Amino acid sequence: MARFIMEFERPLAELEGKLLELKALDIAATPELVAELADLEREVERLRATLYSALSPWEKVQVSRHPERPKTEDYVCGIFDDVIELRGDRTYADDQSMFTALATLGGRRVMVIGHNKGHTTKENIARNFGSPHPEGFRKAERAMRLAGRFGLPLVTFLDTAGASPGLEDEERGQAWAIARCLETLAGLPVPVVVVGIGEGGSGGALAIGFGDRMIMLEHSYYSVISPEMCAVILHKDAARARESAAALSLTADDLLSMGIVDEIVPEPPGGAHREPGTVVAEVGSRIASALDTLAGADREELVDRRYQRLRAIGVYNEAS
Amino acid sequence: MPINDWFKQREGRRYTVSGQDCAENATETVPDGVWRSCPQCKGTLYQGDVARCMSVCPHCGHHFELIAHDRIAMIVDPDTFEETDASLTSADPLCFAAGKPYRTSLDRAYERTGMADAVITGRAMLGGHPVIVGALDFRFVGASMGSVVGERIARAFDLALEERRGVVLLVASGGARMQEGMLSLMQMAKTSAAAGRLAGAGLPYVSVLVNPTYGGVTASFAVLADVIFAEPGAMIGFAGPRLVEQTIRRSLPKGFQSATSLQGHGMIDGVVPRAELRERVSTVLGYLMPAGTRGGDA
Repeated sequence: MARFIMEFERPLAELEGKLLELKALDIAATPELVAELADLEREVERLRATLYSALSPWEKVQVSRHPERPKTEDYVCGIFDDVIELRGDRTYADDQSMFTALATLGGRRVMVIGHNKGHTTKENIARNFGSPHPEGFRKAERAMRLAGRFGLPLVTFLDTAGASPGLEDEERGQAWAIARCLETLAGLPVPVVVVGIGEGGSGGALAIGFGDRMIMLEHSYYSVISPEMCAVILHKDAARARESAAALSLTADDLLSMGIVDEIVPEPPGGAHREPGTVVAEVGSRIASALDTLAGADREELVDRRYQRLRAIGVYNEAS
Repeated sequence: MPINDWFKQREGRRYTVSGQDCAENATETVPDGVWRSCPQCKGTLYQGDVARCMSVCPHCGHHFELIAHDRIAMIVDPDTFEETDASLTSADPLCFAAGKPYRTSLDRAYERTGMADAVITGRAMLGGHPVIVGALDFRFVGASMGSVVGERIARAFDLALEERRGVVLLVASGGARMQEGMLSLMQMAKTSAAAGRLAGAGLPYVSVLVNPTYGGVTASFAVLADVIFAEPGAMIGFAGPRLVEQTIRRSLPKGFQSATSLQGHGMIDGVVPRAELRERVSTVLGYLMPAGTRGGDA
């Protein structure tokens, strides 16, 4: 499959193309070409490392959306055993844009909820490109309640551009479904570990996107509004998303400094999709240690601490 | 009394207030001697008549926009409102300067409204019931929810919990305030958590959605109420109509996202004209307030 090339990676991609062409040649007998190949390989690596050490917010948004980036199901397959998928909201449908399952992480029994982007176009159409309908949020809320009743810690994976904004989504109560998730998640008497693996788009992400430990991949984002939509509101021009991405403070680093995120998982140069196995394994061990830290906490204390944490978020002036 | 007459008599009592004579609830903030036109019936109206009818068109019943202070004055018992947390004002934590700088938007909103931010909250009595009441004002940066709105709403729920009061919120909003980025998005979680704690304590929360209520405010505290009413003609939703239209690539059906259509889809408990609102909310509180805190219990 041809690699999906992001605009800012184009100079790098051209070099990589040349490298591939050279590698295809039978050059073992030509020492100067072998040397040149090695030089070029080093050059590509250097360029990639430089590029990825200083990605702009808008470039990070593009990496977070890369079609080959590991998705929720890659983490589920790579990290958990004995996975029993749970389906359906018991009201209307099984929304495949939201994944819910019972799963085990190194002996720890948990509930997993994640936005379910696909790898192929066919998968993505079936899953509405990871943008949940109200049924998806109701399914997630059902899984949360189940986890709460049976004392299973909750692990969520965020990867959505946002809640689906269709006509029927509105008619079936999109806002009501999201709000109910927020209320249930806030009051859940089990540990909640959240991992931002790709896109964290607005209310659709937040519905399963806050808890007791907040982990984010280096090039994932979490934002109140998509940079494109923000640009449309500010300039009536989606093409100015680069500016709004910078203005919105949506990167993992930004959110760490605001205290919204607790830890960042570094990605290899080129992004998580260059070395998915390494990234998935690292995320697995981060989740495991977060769960171990939170294990044994008193149910009421857990809910109270989560509430105090939420209450502390916000910056304002108050005259004394 | 023959049973049929009895039914007829009950029929007349079904709705508590007729809606025309509302002089006693008049909000007097509009200067007299000004004419305005009604966008619905196109009639030319004397401002004084409109004000006397709670800013409702006396001809067609169109509900004009109201400022937050008037909304509160209209629903609480006279002279019982006592504002809380009035000194909270917005900071500019992200130094947001894309497009119009956030500072400029705030300054314009202060000038235009004289408010500290987009919400007013405080203690009041409503039909004799002790409540925390709040109202959002669309003139202030589209009544969007940033840190101040989120904090005041959360404090409203916390205070109600502490003082065993009900909560009544009159909600309008364009959604989360994007100029405060993720801090705004997290206010959705914060306010929902606070509403959930009130619910857990068995205290009632009634919300009244007015035109327009959208985005992150709809998808959080606004719809977590035990009983939800809406004003006639209010547009309410998550995604704005233009976005929905772009998504489905065809025009929207008539009445889409209107209060009436939401009632039809089972999302709200009723569309209530302004003139009947106080009575209706007060009656609901009478049913839901825990014994000992109800008006008239003392």
